[in-house]
Amino acid sequence: MFTPEVFAAILPEILILALGMLILIVEPFWKAEKRRNVGWLTAVGLFAAILVSLFYGQPGDPVSVLGGMIRFDWLGFFFKILFMFAAAVTALLLMNHETVGQRGEAYLLLLASLMGMNLMSVSADLVMLYLSIETASIPLYVLAGFMVADKRSTEAGFKYLLFGVLASTIMLYGFSLVFGFAGTTDIYMLAEMLSAGDLPLMLVFGVLGLILVGLGFKVSMVPFHFWAPDVYEGSPIPVAGFLSTASKAAGFSVLVRLFFVAFAFEGMPEYAHSWAWTLAVLSAVTMTVGNLLALPQKNLKRLLAFSSIAHAGYVLIGVVAFNQLGAASVVFYLAAYLLTNLLAFGIVMAFSHATGMETLEDFAGMSRRNPLLALMMLAAFLSLAGMPPFGGFVAKVFVFAAGVQSGYTWLVVVGIINSIIGVYYYLNAMKFVYLYRLPGEDEEKHPLPLLKSYVFALGILTLGVILVGTVFAPWFGWSDAAALNLF
Amino acid sequence: MNFPILSIITFLPMLAAVVILAVPSARKNVVRTIALTAASLDLLLFAWTYLQYLLGGLQGYQFVEQYNWLPALGISLKFGVDGISAPLVLLTGIVMFTGVLISWGDDDKHVMAGIQDRPREFFAFLFILASGVFGVFVSLDLFMLFFFYEIAVFPMYLLIAIWGWVVTREYAAMKLTLYLFVGSVVSLVGALAMYWTAYQNTGVLSFDMLQLEKAGFSTAFQNLWFLPVFMGFAVLGGIWPFHNWSPDGHVAAPTAVSMFHAGVLMKLGAFAALRVGVMLLPEGAKEWSWLIMTFAAIAVVYGAYIAFVQTDLKYMIGFSSVSHMGLVMLGVSTLNYNGLLGAGVQMFSHGVMTALFFAVTGMIYDRAHTRMIPELGGMSKIMPYASIGFIIGGLVSMGMPGFSGFVAEFPIFMGVWGRQWLVAVFASISIVITAAYIMTNIRKVFFSPLPEKLEGHVGDITLMDKTAVVTLCFFMIVIGLIPAIMVPMVETGVENILRLLGGA
Repeated sequence: MFTPEVFAAILPEILILALGMLILIVEPFWKAEKRRNVGWLTAVGLFAAILVSLFYGQPGDPVSVLGGMIRFDWLGFFFKILFMFAAAVTALLLMNHETVGQRGEAYLLLLASLMGMNLMSVSADLVMLYLSIETASIPLYVLAGFMVADKRSTEAGFKYLLFGVLASTIMLYGFSLVFGFAGTTDIYMLAEMLSAGDLPLMLVFGVLGLILVGLGFKVSMVPFHFWAPDVYEGSPIPVAGFLSTASKAAGFSVLVRLFFVAFAFEGMPEYAHSWAWTLAVLSAVTMTVGNLLALPQKNLKRLLAFSSIAHAGYVLIGVVAFNQLGAASVVFYLAAYLLTNLLAFGIVMAFSHATGMETLEDFAGMSRRNPLLALMMLAAFLSLAGMPPFGGFVAKVFVFAAGVQSGYTWLVVVGIINSIIGVYYYLNAMKFVYLYRLPGEDEEKHPLPLLKSYVFALGILTLGVILVGTVFAPWFGWSDAAALNLF
Repeated sequence: MNFPILSIITFLPMLAAVVILAVPSARKNVVRTIALTAASLDLLLFAWTYLQYLLGGLQGYQFVEQYNWLPALGISLKFGVDGISAPLVLLTGIVMFTGVLISWGDDDKHVMAGIQDRPREFFAFLFILASGVFGVFVSLDLFMLFFFYEIAVFPMYLLIAIWGWVVTREYAAMKLTLYLFVGSVVSLVGALAMYWTAYQNTGVLSFDMLQLEKAGFSTAFQNLWFLPVFMGFAVLGGIWPFHNWSPDGHVAAPTAVSMFHAGVLMKLGAFAALRVGVMLLPEGAKEWSWLIMTFAAIAVVYGAYIAFVQTDLKYMIGFSSVSHMGLVMLGVSTLNYNGLLGAGVQMFSHGVMTALFFAVTGMIYDRAHTRMIPELGGMSKIMPYASIGFIIGGLVSMGMPGFSGFVAEFPIFMGVWGRQWLVAVFASISIVITAAYIMTNIRKVFFSPLPEKLEGHVGDITLMDKTAVVTLCFFMIVIGLIPAIMVPMVETGVENILRLLGGA
């Protein structure tokens, strides 16, 4: 059973597990004031794991391994690399967090959640899928409420737990119904049964609704988005960044695999069509609600929370398009978005570490206090707004192109109207950074020092955002290879 | 593959921006020197290229370079200039060079000209903007055209909001950005529709505009998409009724940005509307040319009239830009030889002229601290160079023979007459109004007695300013006296457009 191929398939997870063990062993021997260095250990370990996986863990032709539990293909592999990168950056941002940074268990929880996400992206079986979703979620509930002395953080953790458990229970109910009717939980077998007409279609539609609740919660799609702003606001900032990027991308990795493979309605265009329409409407509503609610926000974390809801809507355009370019653009968009939003949250973290503040008004005069940080923030926000030469522009064009290709021009128009709203509030935030000044106009006396770990993490991210936006051919090539596994 | 002269010209400002950002912010003069060096180098490089094109008697797309950027989707970095775009690249070089001179920044407390606050960021953003503009003019790939188009739009927001006129800058910057962004994304949808339809028709995935020209779009398709694509870009060209952002933007922007904005960015809109709208969807252009012509004719007269009643010098120039860009659109809408030729030359002529106007206005404002025409006077004695520059600009604006304005406007009116003589008669009202407001303002601002309030503290312009004024005047006069250095070139570009229009 344990062939080299199987090892290759779960190599990243083995490495993550080993890293977690190492942290468990090493951490108690370090003095309390040095314990934040676990962050460096985690980050370096994860970067090493990425390199090792790239060399020894590359998939060949897609195969199901471990009794059909895991699908070993490029789609999963690409997402795994993304998640590991996100976790590494999050560890770097986390290490200087006042209350969370020196607690070794925070990094362990991060790794546990990462493990769950990795498995989510490769699960080929509903049971495995459910287990991995829970593995990813439960550590995040704890992390969100990690600052026990802070009421908002406790509230965030509890809220996230309650909503999350509810959503995943509904999804589990959906899974159990599928098993009851089909007698199998294997995604690829389900696809065959569905296209052979062995499943009652009404049931499939009902089940899809139930599953969508669970996944919609993960990717913060309207109307399952209510938790996002409060949880982001209360959680430690790097955790919020991780929630809004890796966790969301993990949700999408499951969503595309389920909907492009298991419930693709092959040979039943009318059903595929009405299903795509449902998603299209959800996408339009998600974008619009996210962007409109982002407009009046004064707290930068809440603003980013609503903007991340809106971005889930843009990604959904690619899903709705339901063709290869659509799938590739979803993967590409998620990669660009992950880099960008991590950068945005990282900047908020660096700023609040230096000043202890995080509302928009506190960012006044920031470009005079630290021009470098201001430039990076400009890159992040323009990328979110979809401006070149940053990743967000190309990603948006690809998603829109996919939408137009499958005839959803109206949805693309909605997307475009939304990006205009987006431009407004992203630029508005930059106005504080570049235009407004501190009350005394004495910015020179309030410099904003950046710690080494921030410079390193934010530097990598900024470079990444620019690279994705300019030299996009290799990224698109990988996204396309990943998308190919869905057809 | 040729020597990649166009990519060097396009990316040099971007590179300069990065270098500038690496300089410590306190070393303002280092920043300024780097900026001026990069700008002059870029201008000289393209002037050399331009002369090669002209003297070589070249035609069609020249200096073409192509790099496959994303072959899977048919996106390539394809650069090349033709008779229409070459003058515009030259114009961008001129405006960039003079813009840097104007913004040099006199640290003398009494003068406070140019940019003193954070010149490092200012020049960096300005150069990113310039890179985007160069990119649009030389791109032969539709995707890359959009890429550079957006790069040209967003720095405007920062430049106006940060360094602009305190009173209206936030409002104007946001208004401008949203207008332009709306326009560009509307065009983007049209471009994507073209891309997929071309794929259906020819089976080739390509954003290459030379390929898209041959894609054989159906007439119904062209009629449907021409207006969104054309108008989306024309918003940046300041077409009536979507011109509203433009005067507000001009007024709020710092001098160099006003020059860029009116001198180059509005050309960007007109050029892209012509390149993507008319050249890729010629049947649609024929179908809708009456509407464009109506809008343009209204813009010409309405802009001139509103300019006439302004008391703020910058608003006056802003609306005169609307009027003159209306002439460009009018020329485009004729779809005939004369009209297009005039539009091509007018883009260059107006760019230089309006840059000069804004430069001089900026010089006056920096020293007199007012732009209100009734409060000004007697400037000809204090700043003779500036006033001569303004007068020459005024003559160009009125379309006097011997200056570039005549070379541009005369063919436009001929073309319009050939199409619809009533419109020509209507539009020519603007010439009278233009002459009226230019004359009265020159008299008031430069030749009336100096008001008491201004006595004593208004000084002459700096050497940098004078260099800029002389450079700009030089081009307007040379083209007026020797049209042969530009007209034959534009002609080759126009012939290409007429070929696509089927000899209409």
